[in-house]
Amino acid sequence: MSTDTRQLISRGASLMALVLPLILSASYSLAQVEGQPAPGGVGLPVTVTDVGHDTQFFYNWILLPVITFIAISVLGLLLYVSWRFNENANPVPSKLTHHTGLEIVWTLVPILILVFISVPSFRLLTKQVEIPEAKVTIKVTGNQWYWSYKYPEDQGGGFGFDQLMKAEADLEPGDVRLLSVDNEAVVPVNEVVKLQITAADVIHSFVIPAFSIRMDAVPGRLNETWFKAEKEGVYYGQCSKICGKDHAFMPSAIRVVSREKYEEWLAESKKKYAAAEMPVRLAASEVAR
Amino acid sequence: MASSTAGAHDHPIGLRRFLFSTNHKDIGTLYLILAVIGGLVGMLMSVAIRAELMHPGISVFPGLAQMLYGADPSMATDAGKNLYNVFITAHGLLMIFFMVMPAMMGGFANWFVPIMIGAPDMAFPRLNNISFWFLAVALILLVMSMFVEGAPGMMGFGGGWVFYPPLSSNIGHPGPAMDFIILSLHLAGASSILGSINFITTIFNMRAPGMTLHKMPLFAWAMLVTAFLLVLTLPVLAGAITMLLTDRNFGTMFYDPAGGGDPLLFQHLFWFFGHPEVYVLILPAFGLISHIVSTFSKKPVFGYLGMAYAMVCIGFLGCIVWAHHMYTVGLSLNAQRYFVFATMVIAVPTGIKIFSWIATMWGGSISFRAPMIWAIGFIFVFTMGGVTGVVLANASVDRQLHETYYVVAHFHYTMSLAAVFGVFAGFYYWFPKMTGYLYNETLSKLHFLFLFVGVNLTFFPQHFLGLAGMPRRYIDYPDAFASWNYLSSLGAFIGAFSMVVFFYTVIEAFMKKRYAGYNPWGSGATTLEWTLPSPPPFHQFETLPRITGAEHQ
Repeated sequence: MSTDTRQLISRGASLMALVLPLILSASYSLAQVEGQPAPGGVGLPVTVTDVGHDTQFFYNWILLPVITFIAISVLGLLLYVSWRFNENANPVPSKLTHHTGLEIVWTLVPILILVFISVPSFRLLTKQVEIPEAKVTIKVTGNQWYWSYKYPEDQGGGFGFDQLMKAEADLEPGDVRLLSVDNEAVVPVNEVVKLQITAADVIHSFVIPAFSIRMDAVPGRLNETWFKAEKEGVYYGQCSKICGKDHAFMPSAIRVVSREKYEEWLAESKKKYAAAEMPVRLAASEVAR
Repeated sequence: MASSTAGAHDHPIGLRRFLFSTNHKDIGTLYLILAVIGGLVGMLMSVAIRAELMHPGISVFPGLAQMLYGADPSMATDAGKNLYNVFITAHGLLMIFFMVMPAMMGGFANWFVPIMIGAPDMAFPRLNNISFWFLAVALILLVMSMFVEGAPGMMGFGGGWVFYPPLSSNIGHPGPAMDFIILSLHLAGASSILGSINFITTIFNMRAPGMTLHKMPLFAWAMLVTAFLLVLTLPVLAGAITMLLTDRNFGTMFYDPAGGGDPLLFQHLFWFFGHPEVYVLILPAFGLISHIVSTFSKKPVFGYLGMAYAMVCIGFLGCIVWAHHMYTVGLSLNAQRYFVFATMVIAVPTGIKIFSWIATMWGGSISFRAPMIWAIGFIFVFTMGGVTGVVLANASVDRQLHETYYVVAHFHYTMSLAAVFGVFAGFYYWFPKMTGYLYNETLSKLHFLFLFVGVNLTFFPQHFLGLAGMPRRYIDYPDAFASWNYLSSLGAFIGAFSMVVFFYTVIEAFMKKRYAGYNPWGSGATTLEWTLPSPPPFHQFETLPRITGAEHQ
C-alpha cells in the first residue's frame, strides 16, 4: 500500500467520523423511497409530518449524540483504567473508597443531562397527544388479520372497506412484498387527519413510521391519534402488537393525494364499497366498542 | 472459622441428598443445573428464531412444526407461523423464569448469601427445598403447554411472554395451552415468593455477630432488594393471571369489554410486576459485579453506601414506572408525562453504580483474571443497554420505536448481554469455591470473546432495524430489512457456539481436578466465602464468625 493510499484512507476515516451523524440522519433519508423502509438503513426513516420532523430532530440531534457520548465515555474510561491501573502499571493499589465531591458530581451531571433532554421531550409529547381540529376523521379497526377503515358520512364518506395484504402471487411491479395491500386508504395532503382506532377481536397496533404515529387498537376502547402529511405518496406500516398467527401479515397503507383527487376517490369509493358484505363487519366492530 | 461436620448433622447421600435436600448449597447446585437446562432450551429456541430470520421469507419453522407436532404438510406454513410465536413466548419465559432467576436467586444467592453473612444455612431450609421443586414442576408445565392446543387447531400459546388478553383469553387462545402457562407461572411465582421470604428472613435475622446491615456484602444487599421486589410484585402478577384464568374458564369478565371489563387492566397489573421483574433480573448481577471488580482491583468497593442505596433506590423507582411499557395504549397526556419523568430518574442511581465501579477500579491494581474480564464486559454492555433505555423512556420517541427491534435490542443489551454476563461472571468467580476446582482461564476468556462478539453482532444491528421500523415478533419482514437481519443471525450462531466452549471449560475443569484452595483470587477477595475451604463443608460456621473490621467505613 502506498503512502498516498494510506493517507487517503486515514483522511477518509477521519472524515467519516465527522460526518457520521449526518449520514445517520440525512443521507440515508434521501436515498430511500418515502413511506417504506430503506435497505440497510441505520437511522429513522424519512418523515413527512411535522411531528415526525420534531421526532427526528429530537432523536438525531439530542438523544443520539448524548447517548453516543455517554457510551463512548464509559468505554474510554474502562479502557483507560484498564491500561493505567493494571497490576503491572500500578502494583500497589490505593485505598481510596470515598470522594464526596466526585459522588455529588456524578449524581448532579446526569440530572442536568436528563433535564436538558426532558424539555424537548415534553414539548414533543404534548404535540403528539393533543389533537388539533381535524377536517378528516377515519375510523380504523384491527381484525385478525387485516385492518378495516370507515369514512364517516358527514365528511363525504359513508363507506368502509377492509385492507388485506397482497399475497406474494398477486404482487405487481412497484408493489412491496409484505407491505402492499389490496385497498389503500386515501387521505388529502396538508390536512389534519384524525384516526379513531379500535379492534374487533384482539389487540393490534396501528403504525405508520413515516408519520411517526403509533396507536394500539384495543377492543372496548376508541383511541385517537392524528397526522398531517406534507407530501403525496404511499405510506406503509405494519401491525405492531402480537395478534396471533398472521401478525406479520397485516400491513397498513395510506395514500396521500391532493384534495381534488381525494374528493374523486371518495365519490368512486362510495360506489365501489357499497357492496352488501360491509355493514355486517361494521356491526361486529360496533359491538366490540 | 470453618468447622468440621462430625456427628451432629446428618449428611444424606444420593437421591435423598438432592431430592429432599435442605442444604442451601445443594439446593443452589440444583437451581444452577435447572438454569443450565432452561438456558440451553431457551438458547436453542433463539437459534431457531434467528435461523428463520436470517433471510426474508418463511423457511425454518414449517419444517420444525412438522418435526415437533407431525403437522400435516398442507398445514405446515400455518403451523410454522404459530410455532414461531410459541417459540418467542417460551424463549422469553424460559430465559427470565428458568434461566436468569434460578441462576442468580436460586443458584448464587442460595449458595453465597448465607455464607457471605456468616450464617450456617438459610432461615427455612425446607421452604428452600419446596421453592426449588415448585420451579422444576413449573418448567415441566411450561414445556407441556407447548404440546396442547392453544389457538384453534394450533399447538401451544403464541402471544408473547406478556400474554395480553384478549389474545390470551378465549378469543385468541381457547385451548388449554394458556391455562398450562398460567399454572406454570403460579408455581414459579409461589417458588419465588417463598424463596424471597427465605432470603429476607435470613438476611434480617441470621447475620453473624458484628455484621450490621451497613457492613453486609453488596451481593446480600442486592438479594435483599430483589427479594422485597418479588414479595411486593409477584402477588400482583398472581392476581392478574388468576383473573385471566377465571375469565378463561369460569365466565368472569375482568378483561372482556363485552362484560364491562378492560384489557388494559391486565397490562397495568402485568407491568406492575413486569417492570420490577427486570430489576429482579439485573440487581443480583449489580451486587456480584461489585464484588468481582473490588476483588480483582484489590480495592474495597468505592462508595459502598451509595452503591447499596442506589440499589434500594432503583428497586423503589422500578415499582413506580410500569406504564412506560404502555405509552401507546392510549394513556392520557399527564399519565405519559409522569411515567416519562419517573423512568428517566432511574438513570441517576444507575449512573452512580456505573461510575462507582469505574472508581473502584481507579487507583487499583487490576489483574485481568477471567471473572474480571466478564465484569468489565458487563459494565460496558449494561451501559449500552442503559442509554437506549433513556431514549425509550421518552414517550415521544417511544411512539416511533415501541414494539420495534430497537426495544428488542435495548432489553437484550440489558438482559441477554448484561444479565447473562453477570451470570457468567458470577459463575467463573465462584466456580472454584463451589466445586473446589480451578478452570482453565484461557478457555473462559475464549468463551467471553465468542459470546461478546456474538451477542454484540446479534443485537447491535437490531437498533438499526428498529429505527427503520421493523416490528418485533415477526416471522417474516420486508426485504429492506434483510442485510441487518443476516448479520444479526450470524452473531446469534457465534453466540451459540460460545456455549460449546462453556461446556468444554466446565468439563475440562472437572476432569483436570486442579485444586482451588481457600482463596484462588488473592488479597482482594475479602468476603467470608473465601475464608472457607473449597468446596465449603456441608455445614459451615458451626461457630459463628465475628465481624470486627471497619472495612466499609
